[in-house]
Amino acid sequence: MLKLELRKEPSKLMLYATPFIALGLTILAGLLLFALMGKEPVRAITTIFFEPLTSLYSVSELMVKSTPLILIGIGLALGFRAGVWNIGAEGQFAIGAICGSAGALYFYQVESIWVLPLMCLAGAAGGMAWAAIPAFLKTRLNTNEILVSLMLVYVAVLLLGVLVHGPMRDPDGLNFPESRLFHDAAILPILIEGTRAHAGFIVALIIVALAWFVLDRHILGFQIKVAGQAPHAARFAGFSDKRIVWLCFMISGALAGLAGVFEAAGPVGQLVPALPVGYGFTAIIVAFLGRLHPVGVLLGGLLLALTYIGGESAQISMSLPSATTSVFQGMLLFFLLAADVFVNYRLKWTGRAAKTSAALRQAAE
Amino acid sequence: MSLMKHSKMKYSKPIVGALAALALAVGAASALAADKVKVGFVYVGPIGDHGWSYQHHEGLKALKAKFGDKIETTHVEKVSEGPDAERVIQQLAAKGHKIIFTTSFGYMNPTLKVAKRFPKVMFEHSTGFKRAKNVSTYNIRFYEGRYVAGIIAGKMTKSNTIGYIASFPIPEVVMGINAAYLGAKSVNPNVKFKVIWVSTWFDPGKEADAAKALTDQGADVLFQHTDSPAAMKLAEQKGKFAIGQASNMGAFGPKAQLTALVNNWGPYYIKRVQAVMDGTWKSGDTWGGIDSGMLKFAAWNKAIPADVVKLAEAARDQISSGKLHPFTGPMKKQDGTMFLKAGEKISDRALSGMNFYVEGLDGKLSK
Amino acid sequence: MDLTVSIILGIIIAATPLVFAAIGELTVEKSGVLNLGVEGMMIVGAIAGFAGTIESGSFTAGIIAAIIAGAMMGLLFAFLTQTLLANQVATGLALTMFGLGIAALWGQGYSGKSLPTFPKFAVPGLSDLPIIGPILFGQDALVYLSIALVLGVSWFFARTRNGLVVRAIGENHEAANAIGYGVVRYRYLALMFSGGCSGLGGAYLSIVQTPLWVENMTAGRGWIALALVVFAAWRPMRVLLGAYLFGGITILQLHSQGLGVDIEPQILSMLPYLATIIVLVIISRDKVKAKLNAPACLGQTFYAAS
Repeated sequence: MLKLELRKEPSKLMLYATPFIALGLTILAGLLLFALMGKEPVRAITTIFFEPLTSLYSVSELMVKSTPLILIGIGLALGFRAGVWNIGAEGQFAIGAICGSAGALYFYQVESIWVLPLMCLAGAAGGMAWAAIPAFLKTRLNTNEILVSLMLVYVAVLLLGVLVHGPMRDPDGLNFPESRLFHDAAILPILIEGTRAHAGFIVALIIVALAWFVLDRHILGFQIKVAGQAPHAARFAGFSDKRIVWLCFMISGALAGLAGVFEAAGPVGQLVPALPVGYGFTAIIVAFLGRLHPVGVLLGGLLLALTYIGGESAQISMSLPSATTSVFQGMLLFFLLAADVFVNYRLKWTGRAAKTSAALRQAAE
Repeated sequence: MSLMKHSKMKYSKPIVGALAALALAVGAASALAADKVKVGFVYVGPIGDHGWSYQHHEGLKALKAKFGDKIETTHVEKVSEGPDAERVIQQLAAKGHKIIFTTSFGYMNPTLKVAKRFPKVMFEHSTGFKRAKNVSTYNIRFYEGRYVAGIIAGKMTKSNTIGYIASFPIPEVVMGINAAYLGAKSVNPNVKFKVIWVSTWFDPGKEADAAKALTDQGADVLFQHTDSPAAMKLAEQKGKFAIGQASNMGAFGPKAQLTALVNNWGPYYIKRVQAVMDGTWKSGDTWGGIDSGMLKFAAWNKAIPADVVKLAEAARDQISSGKLHPFTGPMKKQDGTMFLKAGEKISDRALSGMNFYVEGLDGKLSK
Repeated sequence: MDLTVSIILGIIIAATPLVFAAIGELTVEKSGVLNLGVEGMMIVGAIAGFAGTIESGSFTAGIIAAIIAGAMMGLLFAFLTQTLLANQVATGLALTMFGLGIAALWGQGYSGKSLPTFPKFAVPGLSDLPIIGPILFGQDALVYLSIALVLGVSWFFARTRNGLVVRAIGENHEAANAIGYGVVRYRYLALMFSGGCSGLGGAYLSIVQTPLWVENMTAGRGWIALALVVFAAWRPMRVLLGAYLFGGITILQLHSQGLGVDIEPQILSMLPYLATIIVLVIISRDKVKAKLNAPACLGQTFYAAS
């Protein structure tokens, strides 16, 4: 019988090889899926994985799409390491977008280089404030943060709806539910002329580097890791678990809020009710795909963005239904997540495993 | 040697011939492809929503049926109205689509942004109000249909209570409620409307819950301005009536459906693509009513008495000929202020920004 | 009075899919596994139930199809997380993506189809009683089943040996394994049970509540079910309370609009979520009690060294 055996230490080779193994398996499974669907399998795969990399525009869109995933993913990864379950980044994203947009609308037509930084601060603060609710309830009233943060997603999205239907509505927009287009001073600088790639991507890269530094070198990173792996030891060492909860929620809330502002002030250029499209949830996958490591999150975010954009390309050039793409995405994730096992375990042939465990049980009883 | 030469001769000819034929075929195919007009569609929902996006896809099918090989169509479904819209529209434009239909309000600004970059591509945005040299807008005067359906509902209700499942308080929905109420009121002065806002366009479970709540509160005819057929299905189960939305929902309520307001985008799509082929396409605004054929009624329910059918058909024909406008003064807002003087017809602009209830409707509308 | 009865009936209908999905997830979480893929299992159950009923012409067959389809999704999750030791949180989310896609593909031919009304299971004589008759004795068979399931799970954890084993596994899988309990085997079973329950919840939506099939029709109910397990503090009976509270406020806010309450509808729509938070805050103030209930190994990967 085949059995997984724990390696003495994680395999360096597998650490880098597993993503490629998973990708290979996904391509094989994908070929089968598309053939079953009656579509040209090879073309479908190349369209999804490679076509987005072949033009400057789609590469720039890769940056646009991955920016919020990376930003939110980094914040969540820190929290997940510490065992703090913020499932509501989507809500913090929405509130961040609202607060940042409020800045843009309040300073409408104000030509100042301070408008954008102010919006970013407002957005990050908004995300933090929204994340403070579950953090407060968790630390003071012992309320489970998964439920509170998740429920607040729905509240935030509805709140966004109320605001764009009312006070933040475009005064010249015939009462349609969206804000006016932001003034130029409230729009993020564009990185590549003629595309939507914006400065937010650079910020995301900086955040990745920062998070890497904090986790690797800073006492804070150490505390976060210990809190997650050995909560009792952490308490013993005098790290306050309340402080960790607050810290993780504040960091992930701020980053989610920032991602919200970036979406409004970047690719969209106004506040619209459909701004939250699920990045807060997708970023959870990104965080784990990246094995909760900042560089991994960066790669995970880029990969998921690639499959989204590739999926659209496949719809356009091969009329593949969008459902097929989500099945394919699901499979890709299954393979990636499952392949990770070989970093820490190796496959081993054990002759009579069943018998030994039965013997063990007997001994125990 | 000679044998080999011979055989070479023998085989090379057909191969060269085949290659030549292939080259010809490829050339012809690419020439054909160049002649084909590529038409792109962007949908907000899945085609399987059986509502808004489904009907646009029916329009695409009508287009295909009409032009066959002369066009090539592409559609992208489930495109959110957030940051993804612009990319999808851009990709369609970059891939040589001559004309692109963006079929949801939230695509307005993304469509305009892409249109600026592709001045030679023609864009058609549904339900919006911003245009450009290469961006047209188009919509259907749904309120005309709702007025006629209101007449039927007002006559068919026994409890004098009509239920209305609404999504979000945008002008389109508000004007629909007003029009349906005015239609019902014109034939039944005692009629009352109960409006429930479900704050979603699509959640069949919640729509069914709302429909149940309305029937529980005495409504015996249901209107809806949400996407799924759940309310129709519930009306069928409860033995009540309902007005189908967007598509013919007769399959879900063979007894319940009084009629349905069917979004018939096909004629418009055919006209616009034809214009592209002829080189006569011009930017403009189309707000097609009953007369344009863009708004159709599903067959009247057999349970509707002949005199009511007559009333409804008279209203339909008068609206179609322009003799009747559902919003004709004197007309007051809910708070009692006059907004249309006697005999005055509402302007299209005022109508498309409508954010108040007309006099007689209960409940507060958020501003 | 009639209106009150109808409101209560409406609440029961709205809550039942949540009860099914939440009681399944509760069982899984008790065994120490966190499956965020409830939404994906529900939607697959919804189409399986609908397609099964259409193809066979029998509700029973449809319901069985939904249970099997949901259980297969649970099995897939079990294989990935228990055998291949994949991360549970991420795998659950991937399962949701996968399920929504599979269901949409499967359902392509079914979106215009329609089912007859699901029969009520009226207890003769009793269902005619005023008020309590229709509420207690006039429901459809699946409502009774949902309540029976909750009672059954409650009994299972409180009174049976296997229930104790599952709880022990959720509390400390290493110790349970050392004693010789098949951690992985129990978790496989729990996950398949949970998948079946979620499938039933989805099927309730597609063959009783609406009854129709459209893509994405679960519209986030899987997430609510997940939240309800936390709300219930992992106690089966409290799942009922949570689901009926959530369903109740959803239905009441719809009714209040019909009755002319002047509050912004989108704010009314927030109420079920806010109420759930507030009630949870009130009932979880007692720190010691709340901690005792969360399975200690929830979400952790288990590897048996031997």
